[in-house]
Amino acid sequence: MIRTVRPTRRMLQVTGAGAAALLALSACSSSDGSSSAASGSSASGSGSPKLSGEVTVFAAASLKESFTTLGKEFEKAHPGTKVTFSFGGSDALAASITGGAPADVFASASPKTMKVVTDAGDASGTPATFVRNQLEIATLPGNPDKVASLKDLTGSDLKVVLCDKSVPCGAAAQKALDASRLKLTPVSYEEDVKSALNKVVLKEADAAVVYKTDVKAAGDKVEGVEFPESADAINDYPITLLRSSENTETAKAFMELVRSAEGQKVLNAAGFLNP
Amino acid sequence: MRPPSLRRGVRGGAPLPLLLPALIGLAFLVLPLVALLVRAPWRSMPELLTSTEVWQALQLSLVCATAATAVSLVIGVPLAWLLARVEFPGRGLVRALVTLPLVLPPVVGGVALLMALGRNGVVGQWLDSWFGITLPFTTTGVVIAEAFVAMPFLVISVEGTLRAADPRYEEAAATLGASRFTAFRRVTLPLIAPGIAAGAVLAWARALGEFGATITFAGNFPGRTQTMPLAVYLALQNDPAAAIALSLVLLAVSIAVLAGLRDRWMTAS
Repeated sequence: MIRTVRPTRRMLQVTGAGAAALLALSACSSSDGSSSAASGSSASGSGSPKLSGEVTVFAAASLKESFTTLGKEFEKAHPGTKVTFSFGGSDALAASITGGAPADVFASASPKTMKVVTDAGDASGTPATFVRNQLEIATLPGNPDKVASLKDLTGSDLKVVLCDKSVPCGAAAQKALDASRLKLTPVSYEEDVKSALNKVVLKEADAAVVYKTDVKAAGDKVEGVEFPESADAINDYPITLLRSSENTETAKAFMELVRSAEGQKVLNAAGFLNP
Repeated sequence: MRPPSLRRGVRGGAPLPLLLPALIGLAFLVLPLVALLVRAPWRSMPELLTSTEVWQALQLSLVCATAATAVSLVIGVPLAWLLARVEFPGRGLVRALVTLPLVLPPVVGGVALLMALGRNGVVGQWLDSWFGITLPFTTTGVVIAEAFVAMPFLVISVEGTLRAADPRYEEAAATLGASRFTAFRRVTLPLIAPGIAAGAVLAWARALGEFGATITFAGNFPGRTQTMPLAVYLALQNDPAAAIALSLVLLAVSIAVLAGLRDRWMTAS
């Protein structure tokens, strides 16, 4: 009998510890949220001409590297400011903005997802295209299968992954395939561009159709192959100020940096095209 | 507020400090499901549900969840027996390892499966070069991913039942000349059958709803690896109404199956 009791007690202890950890986590995150909200409101209340306070930028996942760099530059140029990012799928970000998430700037990976926000009346002003992204084929390092064109992906017994048609990169890939009248049967339609790329990084797939910026971000783990059909499916990235912004001056200044020559340089380095 | 069910309850009724949180708990679990029903696009439902992709996904989900449960039964029940009946050094550690997939985020589980059984994985590379078998992006891959996530539920449930079962029945069988395997087959198995059934139902339900490990390890291709949860997630990206409709189908199927198994499920708990 004792044998059956002991493990139960141990289980209870483990569960208790887990619950305590969960509580600690939630407490931590809630205090985090309140402190940032407090700093935001105090900043907007001061209203000095000098830029200050916190801006929250919702940006497409593909912008992560370049926007993080730009955020740091911005904070350095304007001491007292803080740029907080939330990176994610444009669809999900748009949904949380229309759902009332407090954000100042939205930078999306497709006009379609931006339209969700403008249609809901949550944008302030008209969105402007600040970069464009082109598709590229990601192959294994050294391109062992000698992929040179989109057509090379269709016939052979290569394992190719595409993004699902419901996400921007999949829609763009389909557009490029349709434009060149090619039929491609992938082994999988991935849920977003990063998981498509990761299938090649992990060497589970031989090739994936992803964005140029993703190929660049993956470094030497994949090799990029450009293909002319990608010109038929270039994605525009719009950026806009949001109606819920409480710190419009600083938010506008950050948007100016993104669209300035300096900002474009950073974005170009990540593989983005100028608008 | 006087719930009518109290009439049949324990003498003296349920004390308020227990009743109130219990009702809140019930509402917390049921409300989101009710909301799903309220907001469901009932008018376009027939059209949404007659597409071949939905039926493909549903069929695949049922087949894979059942196969994953079968796999879990074949290797999970003996594992539970080992943990409950055999004393060996490091048993606590083994038990912890077995329950690890319970706390592991399923996506991480999927990546771990890729590392192990992927084309380039620790074991997978040999499967590929010796037998020409690659598991990612196949229906077998879906079954493996689901079994990986669902089996701990079965093992824990069966092990619990085994520990509660009196080992003296097996000892008696042994004194009558039965080998340990015969005793397991003829005495232990019938004894713990309700626990096995309960564990199997839990594992099946978990496998049916599996998303993270499946999409990571097996990818997403209609008819081959796109199960209902994957179809729901992708529909959510641009057509929430369709996603709700698909979820309701999954909900209806699992309620039907769980209700069908209710008797055995009840006796087990």
